Amino acid sequence: MKYYITDNCAKAVELKDIPEVEYAAFYEDLKERLSDERYHIAHYFARTEDTRLKFYLVLLDDEEQKVMITSFAMEYYDDIALPSLTALHPQVHPFEREIAELYNVEFDSMPWNKPLRFPFNRRNRNSTMDNYPFYTIEGESLHEVNVGPIHAGIIEPGAFRFICNGENVLHLEIALGYQHRGVENEFTSTDNRLRQTLLAESIAGDSAVSHSTAFVNAVEKLSAQVDHNLDIERTVALELERMAMHIADTGALCTDVAYQLGQVACEALRTVIINTTQAWCGNRFGKGLIRPCGTNKPLTKEKIEMIINNVTDVRRRYNEVKDDIESSPTILARFEQCGLVPKAEILNIGGVGMAARASGAKRDIRSSHPYAAYGKEISHESVVKRQGDVMSRLAVRLDEVLQAADNILSLLASYKPSVTARPDYECKLQPNALSFGLLEGWRGEICHIAITNEEGNISTYKIKDPSVHNWLGLAIAVRSEGISDFPINNKSFNLSYCGHDL
Amino acid sequence: MGIVLNTLLIILTAISIPGVINRTRATLAGRKGMPFSQHLLNVNVLLRKGAVYSTTTTALFRIAPAIYLGAAIVAALMMPVADLYPLISFKGDVICFAYTLALARVAIILAAMDTGSSFEGMGAAREALYGALIEPALMIGFATLALFCGYTSFADIFAHEQSFDMHLTIVMLLVAFLFVKITFVESGRVPVDDPRTHLELTMIHEVMCLDYSGIDMGMIHIAGWLKTACFSMIAANAVAATCCFHWWFAVPLAILLTGLSVGIVESTQARNKLANNTTFIVTISALAALIFFIGYLLKLNINI
Repeated sequence: MKYYITDNCAKAVELKDIPEVEYAAFYEDLKERLSDERYHIAHYFARTEDTRLKFYLVLLDDEEQKVMITSFAMEYYDDIALPSLTALHPQVHPFEREIAELYNVEFDSMPWNKPLRFPFNRRNRNSTMDNYPFYTIEGESLHEVNVGPIHAGIIEPGAFRFICNGENVLHLEIALGYQHRGVENEFTSTDNRLRQTLLAESIAGDSAVSHSTAFVNAVEKLSAQVDHNLDIERTVALELERMAMHIADTGALCTDVAYQLGQVACEALRTVIINTTQAWCGNRFGKGLIRPCGTNKPLTKEKIEMIINNVTDVRRRYNEVKDDIESSPTILARFEQCGLVPKAEILNIGGVGMAARASGAKRDIRSSHPYAAYGKEISHESVVKRQGDVMSRLAVRLDEVLQAADNILSLLASYKPSVTARPDYECKLQPNALSFGLLEGWRGEICHIAITNEEGNISTYKIKDPSVHNWLGLAIAVRSEGISDFPINNKSFNLSYCGHDL
Repeated sequence: MGIVLNTLLIILTAISIPGVINRTRATLAGRKGMPFSQHLLNVNVLLRKGAVYSTTTTALFRIAPAIYLGAAIVAALMMPVADLYPLISFKGDVICFAYTLALARVAIILAAMDTGSSFEGMGAAREALYGALIEPALMIGFATLALFCGYTSFADIFAHEQSFDMHLTIVMLLVAFLFVKITFVESGRVPVDDPRTHLELTMIHEVMCLDYSGIDMGMIHIAGWLKTACFSMIAANAVAATCCFHWWFAVPLAILLTGLSVGIVESTQARNKLANNTTFIVTISALAALIFFIGYLLKLNINI
C-alpha cells in the first residue's frame, strides 16, 4: 500500500502528493502494521472535500523515524459500513468514534461505538451527556459508584462510573466531553495568526508551551525556515514545562497518600521552576513565549544565568526528594504493585508518552522522531520502566525531571543568545498542503495537523493530546484495584480533560 | 471542686490536641502554618451557620450529630484526670464508656447510609469494619487494667495504689502504648485515615460527614476532639500512675503524647493502603491480647 513518507523535520506535504487508496487495502495494511509495536497512529481523521468525505491517516514508524501519510475517500452517497479497525486494534477507538460522531460514518462491528466528546456539530443531536450509554453489569453483590462530573477540589469535569464488588473495582468507564469548546473549529474560523497562537496556548493549560510549539511548528513547516537557535530556546521552554509538571505531579502523588514532606518539598520546587518561566517570559505557564517565526522574549545573558542557577538548585533539591521517596517504605507500599498496566495492554490501546514508558513501551517522539534540538544538541535517551504500576509512572517522572534539568543545563552552557527574529503573524502559508506539528509534551505525544486551502488559509485543524489515548489506560489500571486507590492511579496518569474534549 | 476542675481539664485537653497537631505538622513541614486556635475559629464559624439538608434524608440524619456529640460528652464526663474524680463514675463504667462511643459510631453510620449516596455507604462500611476490629483491642485493654488493679471504674483503676512497683510500671506503660495506637484509629488519623484529603473515594470518617454542614458539622468536629481527648487521657493516666499521679502532669502529657505523635507520624509517613488497614488494626488487637497476657503473668507474680 502507498504512503507518502516524510519525517518530523521536513516541510509541509502538498495535498496532491498524498496517495489515495481503497478502504479495503487501507484496512488490510493497518491490520498488519498496527500489530507491530513500531507503528502507531498519530492522527486519523476525516474532512469534507467538495462532495466527498476524505479520510487522512498519519502513521508513525518509531524505528525508522518516519512519518507515513495516506488517505482514502467516500462519496456522498456511499453508505457502506466500513469494517472497524477498533475491533482488531483498540488504539483506533478515539479516531473512529470521532469520525462516527461527526460524520455518521458507520464502522461495522465497532465494539465501543460511543460518543467521544459531544461536539456542537455532531450528527446525532439526540446523543447528549444525559443519555451516555454507560456499560452495566448485573449482579447481586455489585454496586455502581458514580464520581463526577463535578468533582471535589479544583479539577475539571468528567464522569467516572465504577462497577464495584465491595471495595474492588471490576470496571471503570470514563465519560468525557464536558469541557468541549470547539477549539479545532476556532482555528479555522479566524485567519489571525496571533489569535490562533493564543488558542493553541489554551488547548490545555498545563501544556501551554507544548501545544503552542506544536502549532508554530505546523505553521512554520507551511511557511518559512526558522533560525535553529529559536528551536533551542523552545526546547528549553519545553523542558522547563516538563520539569514543572513532573515536580507538581510528584507532589500531588505525595499529597494523595498523605505524605506531607514530599508534598511541601515538591510544591516549593515547582514554584521555583514556574517562577523561572515567569522571569523569562512574564507568564508562569509559558504563555506568550512561543510565537510563529520568532519570539518576543529572546533569551539574554542574564536570563540564561538565572535559568542555569535555578535549574541547578532545583535539580539538587529534587534529587534529595527522589532519594527520600525511593527509600520510604510507607510510600513504596502504596505505589508498588498498584494500578498495573502491562506492556501488551498499553501497546494495545496505543498508549503514548510517560505512561507508556512506565509500562516498558518506548514511545518517545524525542528519540523516535527527533525535532528541534533533539537529535542535534541533545542525544535523547528515553527513560523506560518496566513494571507499569503507579511507582513506575512516578519513577519515570523522578528520572525525567533530572534528565530535563541536565538537558537544559547542557543546552544553555554552550548557547550564545542570538535570536533577533520577531514574531511574524502575516507570513503566507503554502496553499493546498498538509503539515503537522509533532512533539513530546510532558504528558506524551502531541500532534497538530493543519490543512490549508487554495488561499493559503488553514481550512482544517486537528489536535491530538496524549490524553486521548491514555484515558483508557487509566480505566485498565484500576481494574481489580481497590476503589480507594483510584485517586493515586488517576494522579499517576494526570490526564487532561480539556485536551481530550477540545 | 475537683469534679469541676476535672471537667474543665478534659475540655482543655480536647481543644488543645488539634492545635498541637497542626502546629507540629506546620513546624515539620517548614511552614508558617495555621495559628494554634484555627480549629476553634473554624468551628465557631460552623456553629453560627445554619445547616442544609439533602431532600433524601430523614429525621435520623438530623438527630445523628446530636447523638454523636451527646455520646462523646457523656464519655468525656466519665474520664478522670489523674488524681481528680470525674462527674460520672460507677462500677463498670469502663464498659459503659466503650459502648457510649459505640453508640456514637452507630448513629453516624446510620446517618451516612440515610443519605443514599454511594460514597457515604462505602465510608459507613469501612467505619463499621474498623469499629468492629478495634473493639477487641479496646475491651482487652480495659480488661488488662481491671485485672491488674481489681476495679472496673476508671477513677478507681488509676487511683487504686501508687506503689510504683516494677510490675505496675511495665503493665501501665504497655497499656499507655496500646491506647496511643487506639487513639490513631479512633480519631481517624494517618496511617489509618487522612482527615485532610479531598478524595472521597479514600475517606473513612470524612466521607460519612460529607452531607453535613454548618452547626451539624461543628458538632461532629467537637465530638471528634472529645473522643480523641478521652483516649489520649487514658494513655496519659496510665503513664502518670507509674511516676507522678497528679493532674498537672497528666494533662500536658495527654496533650503532647497525642499531639506530637500524630503530628510527627502525619508529617513523615504515608497512609496505609486501605486493604492493609485491617491488618494494622487487627495487629493492635493482637498487641492488646499480648499485653493482657503479660499483665496476667505479672499478676500471678511470676518472675520474668
